[in-house]
Amino acid sequence: MKRSKGPHRLPYGGQIDRTRRIAFSFDGRTYQGHPGDTVSSALLANGVRIVARSFKFHRPRGVFSSGVEEPNALLQLGAGTRSVPSARAPMVELTEGLQARSQEGWPGVNFDVGRVLDFTSSLWAAGFYNKTFIWPRWHTYEGMIRRLAGLGRAPRQADPDRYDVENIHCDVLIVGAGVAGIRRALDAARDGARVVLAEEDPHLGGEAAWDGSTIDKVPASDWLRQATQQLVRHSHVRVLTRTSAVGYYDHDVVALLQGIESSQRDSARERFLIVRAKRVVLATGTIEQPLIFDHNDRPGILLAGAAREYLLRYGVAVGSRVLIATNNDSAYALARHLQEAGVTLAGVTDTRYSVSESLKAGLRSLGIDVFTRSIPTDTSGFSKLRSVTVARLSKDTQRVEALQTLRCDALAVSGGFSPALHLYAQAGGKLAYDETSGVLQPVTTHPSIELAGSAAQAVPVGPRVSPVGNTRRQWVDLLHDATVADLELALRENYTSIEHVKRYTTVGMAADQGKTSAAVTLGVVSRLRGIAAGALGHTTLRPPVTPVTLGAIAGRETGERFAPRRHLPMHDWHVARGAILQEFGGWQRPVAYPRADESREAAFLREARAVRTAAGLLDGSSLGKIEVHGPDAQDFLDRFYINNLKTLQPGRARYGLMLRETGILFDDGTVVALSPDHLLLTTTSGNAGRVFQWLEEWHQCEWPHLNVAITAITEQWATLSLAGPNARTILRRLGTDFNFAPDAFPHLALRQGRLLGLPARIYRVSFTGELTYEINVPADSGPKLWEALLEAGLGYGLEPIGLDALMLLRLEKGFLHVGTDTDGTTVPDDVGWGKVASGKTADFIGRRSLALAEHVRPDRLQLVGLTSVARADAQAAAKPFITGAHLRLPKSPNATDGWITSAGIAVVSGEPIALAMLRGGRAHFGTEINVYDAGVPVARAQVVSPPFFDPSGGRMNA
Amino acid sequence: MLRIPCPYCGVRDEPEFTFGGPSHVTRPPPDCDDATWTSYLFNRKNPADVHLERWQHVHGCGRWFNGARDTRTHEILTTYVMGHPPPAASDA
Repeated sequence: MKRSKGPHRLPYGGQIDRTRRIAFSFDGRTYQGHPGDTVSSALLANGVRIVARSFKFHRPRGVFSSGVEEPNALLQLGAGTRSVPSARAPMVELTEGLQARSQEGWPGVNFDVGRVLDFTSSLWAAGFYNKTFIWPRWHTYEGMIRRLAGLGRAPRQADPDRYDVENIHCDVLIVGAGVAGIRRALDAARDGARVVLAEEDPHLGGEAAWDGSTIDKVPASDWLRQATQQLVRHSHVRVLTRTSAVGYYDHDVVALLQGIESSQRDSARERFLIVRAKRVVLATGTIEQPLIFDHNDRPGILLAGAAREYLLRYGVAVGSRVLIATNNDSAYALARHLQEAGVTLAGVTDTRYSVSESLKAGLRSLGIDVFTRSIPTDTSGFSKLRSVTVARLSKDTQRVEALQTLRCDALAVSGGFSPALHLYAQAGGKLAYDETSGVLQPVTTHPSIELAGSAAQAVPVGPRVSPVGNTRRQWVDLLHDATVADLELALRENYTSIEHVKRYTTVGMAADQGKTSAAVTLGVVSRLRGIAAGALGHTTLRPPVTPVTLGAIAGRETGERFAPRRHLPMHDWHVARGAILQEFGGWQRPVAYPRADESREAAFLREARAVRTAAGLLDGSSLGKIEVHGPDAQDFLDRFYINNLKTLQPGRARYGLMLRETGILFDDGTVVALSPDHLLLTTTSGNAGRVFQWLEEWHQCEWPHLNVAITAITEQWATLSLAGPNARTILRRLGTDFNFAPDAFPHLALRQGRLLGLPARIYRVSFTGELTYEINVPADSGPKLWEALLEAGLGYGLEPIGLDALMLLRLEKGFLHVGTDTDGTTVPDDVGWGKVASGKTADFIGRRSLALAEHVRPDRLQLVGLTSVARADAQAAAKPFITGAHLRLPKSPNATDGWITSAGIAVVSGEPIALAMLRGGRAHFGTEINVYDAGVPVARAQVVSPPFFDPSGGRMNA
Repeated sequence: MLRIPCPYCGVRDEPEFTFGGPSHVTRPPPDCDDATWTSYLFNRKNPADVHLERWQHVHGCGRWFNGARDTRTHEILTTYVMGHPPPAASDA
């Protein structure tokens, strides 16, 4: 037998530029192609038959298609940081120096030791992994199996390329620029509509661009040239090539992914386009379906439409002796084209009983055999196709009557055409299996979508599946290596829902998302279950239609641009001073200012000590600040706090707790009255936005009759908190018209005036337990005051302090930190504020919930203090408590009776202290309890009533 | 992504808005029984049908408004300003 030539480039034909050559490599070997080639056409032109090893059985596989549906030729492109895994070879334009590698197979696709898996394939049925690799656990095997399965490799480094996200608004979005799409675009453009025309291919026209047909009685190429010229003349038409529509979302928002030609890639590699369209035309064409028979996966077997495209578009013959197997009219033209190109035809088989006489006669007059009622039942060959066994079907198509073997090196199959309706289904359009065409067809209309071109047509087909053979060798999903036998097994094990069949067999779950397997699966499952395929429903078609680079969705919002960092007014000073910065509520906040060679812990202890003995200065500018103006301001705010605000006098401040309607603690802060109709409240830094929204929601939705205006002013004011026994002395050294005398400006008072000539609002509130002035000046003046205060504090022991010191000082005072000591179950009584809440007569948000039985149980978690109980070895006693450690009361039947919420070392005494939420805690003051870490008792603690320092509050009232 | 017609600004993208749950929920008086109160707190209808709900155009005008959305299709049938009565079922 003459040695088969296999796939090869023909001496003429196609739309490639034969005057220029492009060098590229595949698996380390260098090949030549031409401009206009794709990686798959160039590989076929070079006679490369095997491009991959299959996923489970490591069987050799060749190029199967010429489009997005490709299940075999998924290649690793490039190397290093720009390497792209699982690129679909038919979608990759050939470029100079392109490097492609096969993804599966070791050491390579031509000789793969994993092939042994195929000889034991009966062991590797669907569900095999789940049933077998379970001892001791799946993860023991996962790495080995994943390596064997050989998916592509994603680069480990950051993506060096840039991506853009663009928002587009238009009247009409047309997906698919085949002839139908171009016609719709021209019509819409003439009506003055803003049109976006998106085409996956680099060229417009679809098949008409290369199939030599005529349109409106002129050659298609002429028609396309004219149409394209007309399109570009319309300024409101935007034509996007290399652009795939990947998702259809609510309200006709469609996501497009545009590839940028590598020669024009000075800006972005890809663009993610979010289109808001009033109307959408889907002219997305069809995806050809395969036929099912034994060994239907050999290299050389491919879709008939792909064979036609390789021939007419790229001048590539898929074999030197080609057999065509079809169940519809479409493949007959391929036979004629191949014959004209000088390729030998082994014949055309058609599964249909009756085929149009003119089709048959047309081929027979050319000397091509046409076998009707015939279907391939098996193929032979190893790394390349040698022959195909063709059977004549019985009249009921359930049996075979006669067999013949036809020698060939390529088999072009056509099992019908599935309209590309992924976007239609994602938009909520309903699909159902249509017996005549053997694929899913639309059964409803969609208010915004028009289907156009071949996507709107049903091509009648004959049988698609061989009635005989070994179902273990009949591939349904080439990419996931799933067979008809896997479908049978799923049904035997009672996975009858089509969604369960999909998940058990993984048919349709690979990167190609079942584009050539979903319809076939419905047909096979229908036959096996003996019910109409239309009654099976279908698996859900989810975005993306084709794979999307994650970087494209992120666009430029990566790295520093992922989320904005919020800088405090004194940020530059903190950085210059070497502060340790951490993010809290989006703000970069100093946690400590370590000196040279000082640890973070030593730094914050020094800072805390400075506050207790001299003074500390904290940048508290992130403190949430909200103003409420209006005659009803006091009445309005009184509804939010458990505290009575109606008696709050101008110039006074009051600490308050805010609840959600469920009675759960939401936020705390101070409310100050600047005047009876001008109040100012502070919130915790992380809740500033939420509290503002909360006030707005209640005002707008529930109490619009209250006359108030709410303004968020956090960013407008710098907040400098000066705390410590020397605070007053230091402040007095600045030029000021404030009277800081204790009786003129007591604790919980507010004064307004000028400080260093700056307008200032100063409150006396304290989170440290020391004499504290919280000084607010316009944000841009913050740094000036900051440096002036530090200078005034020279000689008075003033230190800048960070959050670590602040948190330790407040712990020592037993002051609550909402969100640290409290959680989503905490009500005011749990943290010692029950009497205040119950003493308020007016209603407030959450008040009614506090009376619910659950919220008055005596065994609720309550906030208590813990001190260390000295053990025999004194060193153990000095070990700090662990935040999160669990507590158990003596003789407790419970696994846990609470946990430590805040822990530290007391600034002055050096003793371990903690705040904890303890079951019925306030009834246990004086009790010694066990502290557990990871289930092990690690310490003894005494339950005490906080604070741990200055219980009379004399220092902060000073 | 929903495209939501703010009654004050016009149609805008969903990320500009905050969802506020069902609208026209009446806060019971403080002397109501526990069952009435907890039902107000926690029980919400979840119809496969037209749903009256409130939204805030938080990254726009900041205003809260009500809307009627079909939970099966996400079609927004209408939006209307706070304080206005819900549309009759026949209008929605």
